[in-house]
Amino acid sequence: MAMSMMSAATRKRRRGKLASDIGFGLAVFALISPAILFFLWMLSLSLKNEIDNMAFPPVFIPWPPTLDNFVAVFEKNDFLTYTLNSIFVSFGATGLALLLGVPAGFGIAKAQASKAAAVIMIARVTPGLSYLIPLFLLFQWLDMGGTLWPILITHLVITVPIVVWVMIGFFEGLPHELEEAALVDGCTIWQAFRFIAVPLARPGIVVAMILAFIFSWNNFIFGVVLAGRETRTLPVAVYNVISFEQISWGPLAAAALLVTAPVLLLTLLMQKEIVHGLTAGGVKGG
Amino acid sequence: MSAANGLRGRNYARNYWPFLLPAGVVVLGVIIFPWLFTLYMSLHEFKVGGDFAFIGFDNYVRLASDERFLWSVLRTLYFTVLAVVLPVGLGIAAATVFHRKFPLRSLARTVFILPMMATPVAIALVWTMMFHPQLGVLNYILTSVGLPPSQWSYDSVSVIPTLVMVETWQWTPLVMLIVLGGLASLPADPYEAARLDGASTWDMFRHITVPLVWPHIIVATVIRTIDALKAFDLIFVVSGGGPGTSSETMNLFLYLQAFSFYNMGYAAAVTVVFFVIILLVSLLMFSARQQKQWQ
Repeated sequence: MAMSMMSAATRKRRRGKLASDIGFGLAVFALISPAILFFLWMLSLSLKNEIDNMAFPPVFIPWPPTLDNFVAVFEKNDFLTYTLNSIFVSFGATGLALLLGVPAGFGIAKAQASKAAAVIMIARVTPGLSYLIPLFLLFQWLDMGGTLWPILITHLVITVPIVVWVMIGFFEGLPHELEEAALVDGCTIWQAFRFIAVPLARPGIVVAMILAFIFSWNNFIFGVVLAGRETRTLPVAVYNVISFEQISWGPLAAAALLVTAPVLLLTLLMQKEIVHGLTAGGVKGG
Repeated sequence: MSAANGLRGRNYARNYWPFLLPAGVVVLGVIIFPWLFTLYMSLHEFKVGGDFAFIGFDNYVRLASDERFLWSVLRTLYFTVLAVVLPVGLGIAAATVFHRKFPLRSLARTVFILPMMATPVAIALVWTMMFHPQLGVLNYILTSVGLPPSQWSYDSVSVIPTLVMVETWQWTPLVMLIVLGGLASLPADPYEAARLDGASTWDMFRHITVPLVWPHIIVATVIRTIDALKAFDLIFVVSGGGPGTSSETMNLFLYLQAFSFYNMGYAAAVTVVFFVIILLVSLLMFSARQQKQWQ
């Protein structure tokens, strides 16, 4: 008697647990499905021919899938040039920002230079467009149009604050004892930085590098103002596809997918570092 | 930071300036110079290829009576309120979901943050195709479940809610991450004590979780507000400020003045006003946070 009552209660509790698990699973599904459906639709558009893309009701599953759109992206546009432009600008702006920003983050953290930190914070708050009026005039005056340098230099506006901000956090979190022991033993501050602080902060440098690269890669506003025909970065090039061809959704979706694919892959591979960096700094470029 | 640290920092402080110097030079060139030059420009009449003349505060006076600008300010506020409230509310809810352990949690979380990492121009273009009133997939879905179709970004009334929808889809993950960071640092003791006292899950959420993660919620709200005020890529690509001027926010107005009409002096004045608004809003919200802490 007692046994059967117990098992009834257990069963009831189990059923309650099962119901709440299903409810929870539905909540997770509801949260992630807008992202999944969006990227699946993007993929579907890029793998369909023009007739299927213009069909109503829409064709959901591309069958047979075609790679024609991707071929068209490279044949009809100078996509390879734009890809190289983007690689040059984003790698350049990220590399320079690391060279400048890692020592600066160290200096700010150690000297507790809160005014320098405030400048970085305000730079984060300022709209990207507001840098462009003076810099646009400056580059015109210096006659630097037609090269990628103006774009690379303006991308430092995004990458330097991200690197400095992430690195301040990391260097503040490091134990002081090792460095101080080194200083007492006669190391210079530079040696303490180079041989003790930097190796310890390597995870932070990786975080800063990934975030700076992604936000530089994604940046549109600087390129759209400063780029000429030959110096477009990928986001600008993709935007220009819509102005030249009327509506051809397949190549457009294929181009959009190509532009964002490196970032999506990087996010999937390095999600731990990215989540860490975003949680700590809440950084976003532009 | 402890007091001992602070003292030690001050003693060594002057030895660290060489580390700041290279970055300092660059920040001076690409960040501080533009700020000062913008201020200077805002006091001048200057059209690219035209004259350059000092006109005092005339640009600001003109702005105060420029109806197109004033409407863009109101529109920006309308967009911002919606594009803050929805992502913050949903982000808090999402954080409580992702705080629980479940199978494949880190994969689900990564998928959830993909919209905020993806290239904004690329996703804005795909959304534009989905919004197409005749051929778009969204109207197909609406009509097939029996709802009336919408004009989405092609109509002056629905364009801002439509943009807010994409903005929410894109930036709820950032709020979720920041709040999740707060949840992860919560102590376990108050929950155990409350459970012993027979508190319900909702009671615990309301009276323990929310007060403890409040600072994180404020930080997320401030960041979201600043980003919503600055929103550009999405609006520029999806609607270009249209139809007409119905989604022309301050940032779009600024872009048009500077790089379509080349009124550089006037645009510089817009930048200064825009910057002051952003700064005021962030200060206001941080002071709200302080008051909450004192209570």
